[in-house]
Amino acid sequence: MEFLTLPQAIARTVRDGDTVALEGFTHLIPFAAGHEIIRQGRRNLTLIRMTPDLIYDQMIGMGVARRLIFSWGGNPGVGSLHRMRDAIERGWPEPLEILEHSHSAMAHAYEAGASGMPCAILRGYGGSDLARVNGQVRFVTCPFSGERLACIPAHRPDVTVIHAQKADREGNVLIEGIVGVQKEAVLAARSAVVTVEEVVEDFGPRSANAVILPSWTISAVVCVPGGARPSYAHGYYPRDNAFYIAWDEIARDRERFRAWMQANVMDRKAAE
Amino acid sequence: MNYTPQEMMTVAAARALCNDDVCFVGIGLPSAACNLARLTHAPRIHLIYESGTLQTRPDVLPLSIGDGELCETALTTVPVPEIFRYWLQGGRITVGFLGGAQVDRFGNLNSTVIGDYARPKVRLPGSGGATEIATQCGQIFIVMKQGRRSFVRELDFLTSLGHGRTGRERRELGIRTKGPTLLVTDLCIIRPDAETNEMVVTSRHPGVAREEIAENTGWDVRFADTVEETAPPSADELEVLRDLHARTARAHGAIAGES
Repeated sequence: MEFLTLPQAIARTVRDGDTVALEGFTHLIPFAAGHEIIRQGRRNLTLIRMTPDLIYDQMIGMGVARRLIFSWGGNPGVGSLHRMRDAIERGWPEPLEILEHSHSAMAHAYEAGASGMPCAILRGYGGSDLARVNGQVRFVTCPFSGERLACIPAHRPDVTVIHAQKADREGNVLIEGIVGVQKEAVLAARSAVVTVEEVVEDFGPRSANAVILPSWTISAVVCVPGGARPSYAHGYYPRDNAFYIAWDEIARDRERFRAWMQANVMDRKAAE
Repeated sequence: MNYTPQEMMTVAAARALCNDDVCFVGIGLPSAACNLARLTHAPRIHLIYESGTLQTRPDVLPLSIGDGELCETALTTVPVPEIFRYWLQGGRITVGFLGGAQVDRFGNLNSTVIGDYARPKVRLPGSGGATEIATQCGQIFIVMKQGRRSFVRELDFLTSLGHGRTGRERRELGIRTKGPTLLVTDLCIIRPDAETNEMVVTSRHPGVAREEIAENTGWDVRFADTVEETAPPSADELEVLRDLHARTARAHGAIAGES
């Protein structure tokens, strides 16, 4: 583990063509890190994420991705992800190949990756057309009960990127609140970048069962206060619901989207 | 008291829930119905959201499935893999609430795509948790606004299994849960026929004619031998629901809670 700046951390870990997972289930979405990936002009990424959300709408709209592995692609409580839809429906700015799962399957695939398993087995996809359109959904027979079970490949990202509340001086990372699949996504990946709200001397009093990722499971820790905005960081700032609603209009139009990205992402450098 | 068809739909869905239920809640109308039930006749109902919040008691309706409000008012919050493995797949959930862009006469749902999958006319968000919610909760309540575009003869894509395209698929696939037992719309209440599992109108909301229901259904909708009339929302139900929406609107600075 190294403490790096955001440009350093992304430059060292994310390469063109990589499989990259940015996780955070509504909470702690690593927006700042996603923006840095866009600014560094990465291309042909396979993006994995349960809920693509605004950050993948932005990355897809800026032409970062070739392929998307996901289970729910919308603007939560608001409507569509217009950039994601434009890429799937009309191939703009680039055609986007999709591998579509259910949430349960995605969560199982991260757990399998973290467990070092080649695949995940679940009681899933019963009667659903998803099994027909996603060639990675297969079925196996349980050798004990004879039950037919779904089987999907484990997620093994080249890089997982998450945002968390705190790191301590040694680079251990503490996650609180809705913890999503972040621990699994980090442990499933070959390397992991974690942005945090703050770096503290030590975590102090905490539950014996707190969710902590040891520093030696992480490649780089970057202190990026506000790095999850406009999503939220439990204990730090609330979700900017008004922005999620405003995004619907911004993303609807290609030119307006590009202008917004230029002003708010491309022209704003991360701290060196 | 006057009320809207949307309010009638939410109230009718809420009434179907009881104190013993462990309910897997989706955003939007299901969330409004579940919390209305909790704030009226079912104060001990256990609400679970797929973000991992167990037994949550939000004061305002969440805009997203993982709002901080859900975590702050929950008994505990568990990781997302645990929610899907131990709680949903483990068979702990009695009722799942689902909606979608399309439903058919056997309660199968599409939330994936309008048109061809490879060349979609409209790309919808996709399954989220729905595919396994549909097969792993004890029973499923569907809440949807009724119309010919959404109540279709044939789904463009089957995201979440109801009773299958034949009405008998659950048993053939070895799925032991009940599937859709209730479909609440802004016009009526629809339940599966005991023999064929075809969804049949069992209750009309006040002032709704059979013709209106038929016109807003894409298949030749059947009516039960005895069709009841849904009791209109009580003053108490409406007051609690409107307060909940007003608090939600103030909290989110938008009309998010209405959808």
